Amino acid sequence: MNQENTSEVVVQPVDKAKVNGILKVALILGVITALEFLIAFTVPHEFAALRVIIFVGMTIVKAFYIVAEFMHLGHETKVLIWSIMIPLIFVVWLIAALLIQGGAIFNVLYQ
Amino acid sequence: MSSTTVTLEGEGKSLWGGGVEPLKASYGKLMMWFFLLSDAFTFSALLIAYGLIRYSHPAYDGAISDFVFSQEYWPVPEMVFEAAPFLHGIHLPLVFVGIMTFILILSSVTMVLAVEAGHRMDKQDVEKWMLWTIIGGITFLGCQAWEWSHFIAGTEEGGRMLDGSIFYGANLTQNQYGPANFAALFFFITGFHGFHVFSGVAFNFIIFYQTVVGILERRGHYEMVEKVGLYWHFVDLVWVFVFTFFYLV
Repeated sequence: MNQENTSEVVVQPVDKAKVNGILKVALILGVITALEFLIAFTVPHEFAALRVIIFVGMTIVKAFYIVAEFMHLGHETKVLIWSIMIPLIFVVWLIAALLIQGGAIFNVLYQ
Repeated sequence: MSSTTVTLEGEGKSLWGGGVEPLKASYGKLMMWFFLLSDAFTFSALLIAYGLIRYSHPAYDGAISDFVFSQEYWPVPEMVFEAAPFLHGIHLPLVFVGIMTFILILSSVTMVLAVEAGHRMDKQDVEKWMLWTIIGGITFLGCQAWEWSHFIAGTEEGGRMLDGSIFYGANLTQNQYGPANFAALFFFITGFHGFHVFSGVAFNFIIFYQTVVGILERRGHYEMVEKVGLYWHFVDLVWVFVFTFFYLV
């Protein structure tokens, strides 16, 4: 356990390209969040469906950058990527099931 | 880390036959990934339950400028979350929660920089970026504490309940903003996320401490920074979804 000799630790210089990549992703996340605010206050509430589609789309883009770049999943092996992504199908199913159910409850209570 | 590598001469090159890392990631990182997958299911269930309950209540369909709190319909989030510290009585929809979002994204960026520094065995840089990440996390928690206390205390006007009385603020059974479930979901979802931020700050602090006293340097690698980094990015990821589905939509 203690065989490593601390005096041998070599500190490598900052990898400029890598840091620039990180800052680029950060900029993308910041710009999308700023756009979300812009849309929240410029697209009127009457276009409810359009607002939801835009917000959900932008959220998925942000999630992609966080998971693929910050969490490094985009650079892992294919098997690891799919073992994380495929189970999320169940979430898609749950969205469909419970939102339909919510609409049905509304009909029973208010229609 | 063991310093010897066991090689099985003559054994086949079977990917899943043992002795190799088929996913090219360490056990600890894999387990963190699968824990985060299960945690993603938990948060999905909470947010989808929010969707179900919201869909089962009438939506407000008037003009935004005429919006008033009512028990009859689901509130418009930007009319509920419109306060900011030190700016009492000024209508600032979503401004404070937007600041919180940027704080969390920034702390995620400093976390990636800490991981990058760890790959270079740069102890000083790891310390620096871990500390910024911890400060970001604590700031976010402070903001959330303010938001909760404001939500619980309520506005000066309060809101009219179904029996005609005026109620101020919110608890788990009634609130001035709308149906009882609105506040209950607010407490549950942002509270569960806030608890994740809190535990993330605690993990980050432990790893920061281990970096400072040199444990990770003696170990020869900074993989623990990557593992807590995965957790921290996940907390940021969940906030992206909470922000959209609780505050924007």
